[in-house]
Amino acid sequence: MAENAVTTAGESTSALAGLPGVVSDWSSDKQAFPVPWGKAMMWIFLLSDTFIFTCFLTSYMNVRISTTVPWPNPSEVFSLNIGGTRIPLILIAIMTMVLITSSGTMAMAVNFGYRRHRANTTALMLITAAFGATFVGMQAFEWTKLIREGVRPWGNPLGAPQFGSTFFMITGFHGLHVSAGVVYLTVVALRVWRGFYDRKGSYETVEITGLYWHFVDLVWVFIFAFFYLW
Amino acid sequence: MEKAAGHEHAEGQQHPLSIYLWIWGLLFVFSTFSYLVDYFHLHGYLRWTLIITFMVIKAGLIVAIFMHMAWERLALKFAILVPPLVLLILIGLMAVEGDYTFLTRLAAFLR
Repeated sequence: MAENAVTTAGESTSALAGLPGVVSDWSSDKQAFPVPWGKAMMWIFLLSDTFIFTCFLTSYMNVRISTTVPWPNPSEVFSLNIGGTRIPLILIAIMTMVLITSSGTMAMAVNFGYRRHRANTTALMLITAAFGATFVGMQAFEWTKLIREGVRPWGNPLGAPQFGSTFFMITGFHGLHVSAGVVYLTVVALRVWRGFYDRKGSYETVEITGLYWHFVDLVWVFIFAFFYLW
Repeated sequence: MEKAAGHEHAEGQQHPLSIYLWIWGLLFVFSTFSYLVDYFHLHGYLRWTLIITFMVIKAGLIVAIFMHMAWERLALKFAILVPPLVLLILIGLMAVEGDYTFLTRLAAFLR
């Protein structure tokens, strides 16, 4: 850790910028990324997760292009009756806003972490986790609604059977990520509260947790665009 | 340790809170725009262009500001942001393949 701080401090004064910087960062047998190792590894994990989610969305694109049965209209499938009027896609819109709000509170938690505001950091992380749990709850509601309407991974009464399989796979895998994130956030928040990172001398774990959480929001941006709006 | 400015800079990313609040607001606005695309039943290329535009803007804001990629060094940006570009080839191939499957299915069903 001490090495890291030294390297980073040295970098900020003498490091080259732009393309010569890329060459110098990768050469001379030195550490390529002047960031904490946990942060570099989280980024690489997120890179691999990007490939997994892209494979899912690409397979969804492929089956949606190739099916000869009409695709169910997501705008109608995910509409809700509120006060007698049918509002298209409203549940998904609310879920999107909930997740974006949680990303905002997470960004602020990271900021307060680096300022060493223990109470604010803990509170904002727990609020983030609560929004995440709300999102998963709404997703459970959505799944229940669709399952009651007869949507199954192998078929549905609305149109192409591939709709059900891709829906459950993609939103299920994303929901799993959100659920894992809620646990991750809660664990780190409690450690912040107990002063673990003050003793360690670094709040970088809060930022690393934040990277994971923002990624979950990022994936939802793509699912929202391609699955629900397309 | 509490307020050693030099140490804090070396330790991590420090930016004013207002940046995050701004980005948060922008994400809300662009999400609302995306939703309105569906609400007003826009169709065809206009719909797809708008959806992708808003999606790219939102994704860019999240990665650049919330995930602090804008302030990382170019070596890290390249290592993380360039590899996903190969996925465009996969997407292109699968789109072609999907069209082909669709046409063979039509041919088989019409026979």
